[in-house]
Amino acid sequence: MTHPNYPSLPHDVNCPHHPVSAIDFMPVDRLRALQLHRLKNTVAYEYERVPLFRRRCEERGVRPEHVKTLADIKLLPFMMKSDLRDEYPLGLRAADNSEIVRYHCSSGTTGKPICVANTMDDIMVWQNGVMRCLAMFGIRAEDTVQVSYGYGLFTGGLGAHYGAEGLGCTVLPASAGNTDRQLMLMRDLGVTAIACTPSYFLRLMDEAAKKGIDFRRDTKLRHGIFGAEPWTQAMREKIEAGTGIAAHDIYGLTEISGPGVAGDCRFRTGLHVWEDHFYPEIIDPDTLEPLPDGETGELVFTTIDRRGMPMIRYRTRDLTRLRAEPCPCGRTMRVMERVSARSDDMLIVHGVNLFPSQVETGLLSVPEVLPHYQIVLTPTDTMDLLEIRVEVTPESFSDNVASLENLRRRVFAAVKSIIGLSPKITLVEPNTLPRSEGKIKRVVDNRPKH
Amino acid sequence: MKIKQLSIFIENKPGRLAKVCRLLSEAGVNTTTLSLADTREFGIVRLLAKEWERARDLLSAKGIAVHANDVVAVAVPDEPGGMTAVLDALDAAGANIEYNYAFSVGAGRRAVLVFRFTDPDSAAAALKASGFTLLDEETLFG
Repeated sequence: MTHPNYPSLPHDVNCPHHPVSAIDFMPVDRLRALQLHRLKNTVAYEYERVPLFRRRCEERGVRPEHVKTLADIKLLPFMMKSDLRDEYPLGLRAADNSEIVRYHCSSGTTGKPICVANTMDDIMVWQNGVMRCLAMFGIRAEDTVQVSYGYGLFTGGLGAHYGAEGLGCTVLPASAGNTDRQLMLMRDLGVTAIACTPSYFLRLMDEAAKKGIDFRRDTKLRHGIFGAEPWTQAMREKIEAGTGIAAHDIYGLTEISGPGVAGDCRFRTGLHVWEDHFYPEIIDPDTLEPLPDGETGELVFTTIDRRGMPMIRYRTRDLTRLRAEPCPCGRTMRVMERVSARSDDMLIVHGVNLFPSQVETGLLSVPEVLPHYQIVLTPTDTMDLLEIRVEVTPESFSDNVASLENLRRRVFAAVKSIIGLSPKITLVEPNTLPRSEGKIKRVVDNRPKH
Repeated sequence: MKIKQLSIFIENKPGRLAKVCRLLSEAGVNTTTLSLADTREFGIVRLLAKEWERARDLLSAKGIAVHANDVVAVAVPDEPGGMTAVLDALDAAGANIEYNYAFSVGAGRRAVLVFRFTDPDSAAAALKASGFTLLDEETLFG
């Protein structure tokens, strides 16, 4: 059973795949040949133009011509987010100003931002990636797409915008914030699809409930294009059950292009990676050795036809696996499992591994709270204090202290049962956890760095 | 006879109560009484205001968790034993009080007891039957 908001199956001659999806079904041998061709070109290009890459290759005794097969990619050095910071702003740029058409920057919660340079071709590849995701989600030219990702240096807004426009959709460039107006425009303009972070959509659901707006009855919304932050299956179920929309997963990162690197199809086996442009590998984050399909490790991308700022073996810090089995939808592009954890996000608390997504899963089992939370770690004289701050929703708040204490106890029990640690639960006022671009900073670690 | 009380969730931090009060005063909402229940980490502000609907909407629009609920206000003489008589009547009727607070009006001539009951309707009926004066919004807010 697939979600009813998709168009009929593609083998129905009256409802073929969107033309932009054709390449998703490319025969595997042709795909591998294309990847190898593009990889070789990109490595030679990068070697010639980016001093840092050339120096690292020389240190390893690797030359571009040593890359003869796709497996030879393992000879090449990795790139990290720290390289983008160290080389800030444009040390990794491979094309000059006459070719670069746009910069994007990622805010970076720690210190310096990173800056990414795109040529016109890079922008087109990015747009095409988003178009293929939207087409795969069942979105068509008839749809009206409200883009509620932030517009600007962040890739979310412009990425979703150009993708939807490229597909011929009607685009409402709402950008992030002003929840009242978002809901008003959604209803007045008959919006059928919204692109935003899943946590922002929960905020919209919350506001709609307060105003007595029922998504099924009062809006035409059928699709959610959700990404830019890790989210869980439980969150998807909550969104779909609460609104009747199909909640689609779109994945991407500024360093590689933006949203539209991968997305899930109707079978929801994971996310199809547009590996004709973004070549994926899974490595063991400790040994850095490549892992075969099916094994979980850190996701690494090589942009095999990017020209403004190619990324070769860029370590995403996202933990996932590539499925070894083909997807029933027929797409040959490999499927990566939904990213619910980043290796960077893993916290070690009292000797136990803790992922923020586990806290989210726990919170989703308590119907009165939204998973708007923040994990705060504070050193004390004895043990580190694990505090989880959770926003109270107007619905969950009743008048008496006892019921709030009771809510707190239930949140505690739900989270504890998943993380195996006893957190201090603090209820905070709605909308008070600091947000940037619609995302709450999930972890505040006040422990001394080693 | 029930009247509406607003309950507002605030964190137990400096400036949070002032923020709520400022929003109300800027909007020209006059509160008749305000009480604060607190734990170590959070508090509940409870207030009575003539324009409670406007107060609720404007706080809610500012993203504050606010809840309107039913309480019963009883007028008693402001003298020793005034409250005891009410409590005795409630006790006899088996009414469960979740909490209550009191304030005086009219230069100490009359006290008002505000009760939150588990079952406000039957408690109000019991008080009425015992001859106590329950205040409606019109009387209370003048």
